[in-house]
Order: sequence, then C-alpha cells, then structure tokens
Amino acid sequence: MFKNVRKSLLALAIMATAAVAGQASAATLINGAGATFPYPIYSKWFSEYAKVDPSVKFNYQSIGSGGGIKQITAQTVDFGASDAFLSDAQLKAAPGKLIHIPTVMGAVVVTYNIPGISKGLKLKSEDVADIYLGRITRWNDPRIVADNKGVSLPNQPIVVVHRSDGSGTTNIFTDFLSGVSAEWTKKVGKGTSVKWPIGLGGKGNEGVAGQVKNTKYSIGYVELAYAFENRLPFATLKNKSGHWVEPSIKSTSAAAAGAAKHMPADYRISLVNQPGKDAYPIAGFTWLLVYEQQKDKVKGKKLVEFLNWELAKGQKMASALLYAPLPENVKKMVSKTIKTIKY
Amino acid sequence: MSDVTASHRWKIEKGLSGDFIFKAMTVLFAFSILVILMLMLYEMVSQSLPSIRKFGSHFITGMDWDAVQGDFGALPFIYGSVVSSVLALLIATPLAVGTALFITEIAPRRLGGFAASLVELLAAIPSVIYGLWGILIMTPWLQQSAQPFLQKYLGFLPFFDGPAYGVSMLAGVLILVIMVVPIITSITKEVLTAVPRSQREAAIALGATRWEMTRMAVLPYGKSGILGAIILGLGRAVGETMAVTMVIGNNPQISLSLFSPAYTMPSVIANEFAEASSPLHSAALMHIGLLLLVITLIINALARLLLWSMSRGAARGAKL
Repeated sequence: MFKNVRKSLLALAIMATAAVAGQASAATLINGAGATFPYPIYSKWFSEYAKVDPSVKFNYQSIGSGGGIKQITAQTVDFGASDAFLSDAQLKAAPGKLIHIPTVMGAVVVTYNIPGISKGLKLKSEDVADIYLGRITRWNDPRIVADNKGVSLPNQPIVVVHRSDGSGTTNIFTDFLSGVSAEWTKKVGKGTSVKWPIGLGGKGNEGVAGQVKNTKYSIGYVELAYAFENRLPFATLKNKSGHWVEPSIKSTSAAAAGAAKHMPADYRISLVNQPGKDAYPIAGFTWLLVYEQQKDKVKGKKLVEFLNWELAKGQKMASALLYAPLPENVKKMVSKTIKTIKY
Repeated sequence: MSDVTASHRWKIEKGLSGDFIFKAMTVLFAFSILVILMLMLYEMVSQSLPSIRKFGSHFITGMDWDAVQGDFGALPFIYGSVVSSVLALLIATPLAVGTALFITEIAPRRLGGFAASLVELLAAIPSVIYGLWGILIMTPWLQQSAQPFLQKYLGFLPFFDGPAYGVSMLAGVLILVIMVVPIITSITKEVLTAVPRSQREAAIALGATRWEMTRMAVLPYGKSGILGAIILGLGRAVGETMAVTMVIGNNPQISLSLFSPAYTMPSVIANEFAEASSPLHSAALMHIGLLLLVITLIINALARLLLWSMSRGAARGAKL
C-alpha cells in the first residue's frame, strides 16, 4: 500500500517535471550577462515580468560589468549589462551598433567609524579626495573641523579603506574624486581598480564595511543600498552647487535630473558632481546593452516589450530595493531610444 | 579438434584485445593529463602575450600595479605569496609533525584516533569559512590584543612595526598556518604509521628511550614522506586564494613589518579578473597566473631534487 503511494507520488513528480520542462521549452529564452550591482532589481523585474508575459523567460548571469561587455561584444548573450559606459574603442569593437539603456541609478556613500559620532559627519568633496590621497591624515584636521562645528573630532590618524576587487562602485567613487581633485586625476585617475595611494583593501562591500566597523577612526565607501540595509553611518557631502546633501534615493535621482539638460543621446554620461541643489555628488547609471539591429525577430520583439514594461512599471519597484528610479525627463528620452531598436 | 583450436584462438584474441584496450586507455588517460597541462600552458602564454611583450622582465621586478595608467609590475605580489607561504610553513611544520608524532607514538590508540579524525575534519572545511572566521574573529583579536602585545614587547624589531589594522601579512600567515597544518599532519601521520614495527622494536631492544627511538628510528625512515607532506602544504599555501584575500589587506607593497597589509598572486587574480578594465589588464593578470604556475613548478622540481638526493643518500647509507 505504502509502496503504491510512493510510486504514484513519484509518477506525479515526474509528470510535473515534464510539464514544467515542456512549458519552459515553449517559452522564448533571452540570455543576458553583466553587472552584479543591479542584479537584485533585475531578477525582481524578470520574475514579475514572467507573470505579465509567460511566453518569455529571462536568464541573467551577474558575472560583472567587464564580463557583460565581453559577452555582448562576442554576441554570446542577447543583452549585456554594465555599471560603466563603453568607451569609443569598446563600441567600435562590437560587431553592430550597441545602444545603452539606462535602467536605474545607484549611489556610493562615504561611511566612517568615529566613536561618539554616529551620524551627520560633514565632508567637503575635496576633503574626501585629500583623505584618500593621504593629504589629510587626522580627523581633527582644521578643514574637517571647520565643517563640523560643535562636534568634537578626535586627534587620531584616519585609517583609509577601499575596495580591493575591481568594481563599478570603485569606478563611480574614483570618477567622483577625479572630478573634485586635479591631483587625484593626475596621480590616480578613475577605473574599476586603481593604484590607491594609501589604505587597506577589503573585498566587496561587505569587506570594506567589515573593515570600517572593526577599525576605529576609519573611513570607507560602499554602495548606498548596502549602507542603508546595514545601517552604516554615512557622511553628508557638499555638492557642486555648494549645498550639503545626504545620500538618499531622492538625492540620487536628483543627480540624474540635474544631468538631463546636457544628457547625450547615447546616455554615456557620468552622474558624479552634477549641478542641482539636491543632487548627491557620487551617483551613477547602470545600463543594459542591446544591439540596435536585433538578429532574432522574436527575441528582439520580446526584449523591446520588456524594456517598455520596465520603464512604465518596473521603475516603481526600484526604490523598495534601494535603487533610484529614473527621473521623468530621462524616462521620456529612454522611451524614444527604445523605439529605435529594430527587429 | 578444429573447434577447440578455434575457440582457443578466439580466447587468445579476446584476451589480446582486452589487453590492448586496457593499455590504450591507460596511455590515453596518462597523456590526456600531459595534453591538458600543455593546453593550459599554451593558453596562458598566448593570453598573457601582450603583457609579456610590453613589460618583459620589468613585470617581475616592477613595483607598480596601475590599471589606469596601464603599468604592471608583479614584484609585490610575488613577495607577498612567497613570504606568506614560507612563513606559514615555518610555523606549521613543527606543529604538524608534532601533532602527527603525538597521534602515532604518544597518544593511547583511542585518543590518537579521535585526534586524527579531528585533524581530518579541519582539512575538509572550505577555505571561505576560514576566511570568514579570519575576518570576523581573528583580525579583531589581532588588532585589539595580539598586535598591541607584540608591539609592546617586541616592537623594537622591524617585523612588528607600524599601526595595528588587524588585516595584515601576519593575519595572512596565521590563516595559512591553520589551513596547512591539517594537510601536513594527516599525511605525516600516514607516513609514520607506515614505519615498520621491527624498526621501532630494534631501537627499543638496543635500549633507546621513546624520544631516541622516534629520533633515530622513526623520523629518518619517514623523512622523505614528511618532506612530501610539507611540499603539498606549500602547494596549498601558495595557491590559497579566498581566505588569504579576506584577511591580508590587499595592498601591493613590500614591507618588512608583518603588521602592514600585503597582497598575494592568487588574490589579485581573484580580485581583479572579473572587472579587468582593459585587454592589457587581463593579460597582466594572466601573466601573474603564468608566473604562479612557474613558481609551483619550480617548487615541485626542487622538492623532487631534494627527495632524490635524500633517497640516494639513504641508499648509500644502507650499502655501508
């Protein structure tokens, strides 16, 4: 009797698997690969979109922006994803015209560990650069003290922490530092991994956050989402317009809104140090990379449908996952760009 | 009659073909390893060619690692790998050989068996777990207790100079010690168990104490095996990536102080390969991989040489 039950259960399981497999093979499979930073929101979108259009299935591998660019260039995936826009040379290396579609924005926050100062440290952008250059070495440096009236800053050496692994976060952060310090541009520059003048390297957001948490009088930088989820203290920065701005989803979106006026048609723009009263200075787009001329008619059509849905509906899911949605003016531009995709 | 011969011949043929298949397969498998190694070497050389062409020997002596400027020198990584592995082995070897001797010679059989299974358990823990333990427990302890202590009493030495961050060459060495000890211990234990009873009994019959027996009869017999165990430990230490990356501080510098952060060859590959910013950057990382392979080959060759000279020495000793 018991045996029979087991047998029939087994049969049921096999049937169910076969049914699922049958369904999956009937759906159009669209493959993508790239950035790890937007992975949580992308997987949310893909699972939500499966309810909207069950006939298409997205498969996204978060292998890193560099890998995403390589794979879309080699056409082994249907779309790529990157936290850094492609250089002219990289665009030329692709076999067809690649379009950047900005999806959401992220920000990088400056976190710190000073016993007794759990929030509200204010730092000028130039001062952050000089700390990372090793020019400002103590917390009670007159330049930091001047911006933090009424806060007693300790006479302690600043321990600088940075990412050791190549990452889009480092790219945005060093881009920001290059924008505010000529010396940084000359000595270090911007990139996914750079030659740090000083400091300790931690692997990943968690490595940097852990190091900052363990080390008194340290400073580091992590993604906004990571800092918020883990309730890390963050510094308020002075932006290009001379206003003190706290990192938040709103101030990140404000950075893109500030950039909208001089947004290039291909969206290859860095969002650091943008004008605007509320614009947070260390923000950046993350992009999907698709070919203007789609090779596969069915896949191309489905991809465009998804992109339109993402713009209309998906954007609203962003802030719950601590990503900044695109501001309205940028959304309008992107909607026009999606129309140029041919299939 | 003819029937019998036919079946006999058939049997022989079948036997021959079985032998042939067996031989062919073993040869194939043996050569496939060689072919895979060759392919790997070819692929690594061809992928790192841009870096080899551009930097040549400067790559090995260069101190700068700058992906933005496209200037790559691997010396700090080579230094970090070699120093961390060698120091780890210097600490781990006496610990591991001592543990193995305790298990085989001193401990009562049950306790020995228990200790042996504990050691094997340690060897089976994935390295990322060691890394997490290192970053969450060991480095704060180093930073708050061990490093201040060392600095207070041994601070006059250049090895214990500078601020205590926790993450450091010292942390890398310690995590490697913990990871290498189980490997050396378990192999040394096997080697020592294989020493014949007669060897021990002869020593005891001559009036040797337990220490004398171990020193004169057991250890010399197992010498080459123990050396092999140490080499395997070194192999693991040189190649270890995850745990070391998490605690060593990832700063490509050469400093005498064990307190300052360092960087190893596998760590920089793991850190930067996924997001390498230019073809030259990827090539330079591949070049480091190639150097790592070469260093491993050199270590293995040296070990072979050592084993060979030792066994020759032993043979001569036996003749006399």
